[in-house]
Amino acid sequence: MKKYISFFRIRFIAGLQYRAAAWAGIATQFAWGGLNILMFRAFYEEGSNIFPMPFDSLSTYIWLQQAFLALFMAWFFDNEIFDSIVSGNIAYELCRPIDIYNMWFTKNTAVRLSKAVLRCLPILIFAAVLPSPYGMSLPHSTGAFLLFLLSMLLGFMVIVAFSMLVHATAFFTISPKGIRVLATSVIEFFSGGLIPIPFFPESLQPIIYALPFASMQNTPFLIYTGYLSGAEALKSVGLQIVWLLVLWCVGKLIFRFALKRVVVQGG
Amino acid sequence: MKLYFKYVGMLLKSQMQYKASFFMTAVGQFLISFTTFLSMVFMFSRFNSVKGFTFSEILICFSVVLMAFSLTECFFRGFDVFPRLIKSGELDRILLRPRNEMFQVLASDMDFSRIGRLLQAVVMLVYAFITCDIQWTWHKAATVVLMILGGVGVFTGLFVLFAAFSFFTIEGLEFMNIFTDGSREFGKYPVSVYGEGMLKFYTFVVPIALFQYYPFLYLIGKSENMWYMLLPLLGFVFIIPCYAFFRYGLRKYKSTGS
Repeated sequence: MKKYISFFRIRFIAGLQYRAAAWAGIATQFAWGGLNILMFRAFYEEGSNIFPMPFDSLSTYIWLQQAFLALFMAWFFDNEIFDSIVSGNIAYELCRPIDIYNMWFTKNTAVRLSKAVLRCLPILIFAAVLPSPYGMSLPHSTGAFLLFLLSMLLGFMVIVAFSMLVHATAFFTISPKGIRVLATSVIEFFSGGLIPIPFFPESLQPIIYALPFASMQNTPFLIYTGYLSGAEALKSVGLQIVWLLVLWCVGKLIFRFALKRVVVQGG
Repeated sequence: MKLYFKYVGMLLKSQMQYKASFFMTAVGQFLISFTTFLSMVFMFSRFNSVKGFTFSEILICFSVVLMAFSLTECFFRGFDVFPRLIKSGELDRILLRPRNEMFQVLASDMDFSRIGRLLQAVVMLVYAFITCDIQWTWHKAATVVLMILGGVGVFTGLFVLFAAFSFFTIEGLEFMNIFTDGSREFGKYPVSVYGEGMLKFYTFVVPIALFQYYPFLYLIGKSENMWYMLLPLLGFVFIIPCYAFFRYGLRKYKSTGS
């Protein structure tokens, strides 16, 4: 366990060095979040049909999304992992007395977390002082907030576990770029990255909620806004745990299988 | 010109080396814009129109922006990956060659997998034209062509601007994404949707509205002003200051030494 903690620390501290990049990212996310809210406002002004959630909850959802983008970003894959597989450097990693899956998992969480730590506070503060329907509101209740924290942690683990599967595909194809693009778009869409899942058609929602993607950013954010509450919220958190275990086990199995037949191409 | 086609041929060949990967990337590109499209469909299944625009009218807008963007990304990608040329010192080599440096940067990289996105844009545009009741005239057909060309102009300007900035920062600038990727993402709705302030911003600062909004109003018959048809041409004017800035950066350029 100790060695994984030090891997985590190294990556985390390295990630904290990129402060200028973080400011640029914050500026981008303000603009992105703001435009998104303006777009939804236009729809809400039509006011003809039912809204799945009130406008201020939606704003809160969008700001949470921007603040914790680094945790849940679908397009982030560790190039070091792909490179080490493609270039054959993985041979060195295999010599070390560590579990490769766990190591990469730790590194991936560390990078995401360091980015999020640098970025989330300015965005949250800014969003909190914005005028009422456009800004971020307080959590639905204290209980919801605690559950939100737990669910954030789980959702974060679920997306990392899923991205490990994508990384693993590099064992089987030499050029993993295509799969990355594909995985990114699927995760983005089904996790509620483009529009929140409550905006999906009613008939599709049960299926989409059951997919692992809904257990990523969707569950914690909906708990925070109070869209999911009580037994329903607990059920979603339970589902997160299930998906985390499933993805973790599948990832471990694939790694074990792949490492058994891995062929290092010289070098 | 002959040289340019030679570059195109070379890049095309090299990208075709990994056929499976190329194909998957193209499918991925298609999926990315397709999911954006789906999310619009979902929004419009709840709300029938937004700010007086119907779904198929908005699709015209979206596909024009997408088409312009993917054409730009395909052929002008050299500027998109320009920071890499600076960082690796590749630019020094380019400067030594007896050809225009803009031309060489332009030809240094192209990404043909963007065809996935382009395909999506074409399909949407065709669908939108079928479902939308536009009174077709020659003027309107010309407007569509001008909109797409103007879009390529504006996006190219943005890419050149992006490249020019990296003379001073070495790293690519993430916040420039607001203007390039952001314009593509948010350009799917006519910019007036975002309110009066954003419309002004997108007219005078980042001239997306010149090819996406004003000619679009003329196209769908919301405006009778024929001049709107020609506004996309102004998109090409936008390249001039961007190009000037690039030249300025090039003069200040100091190699990274690597």
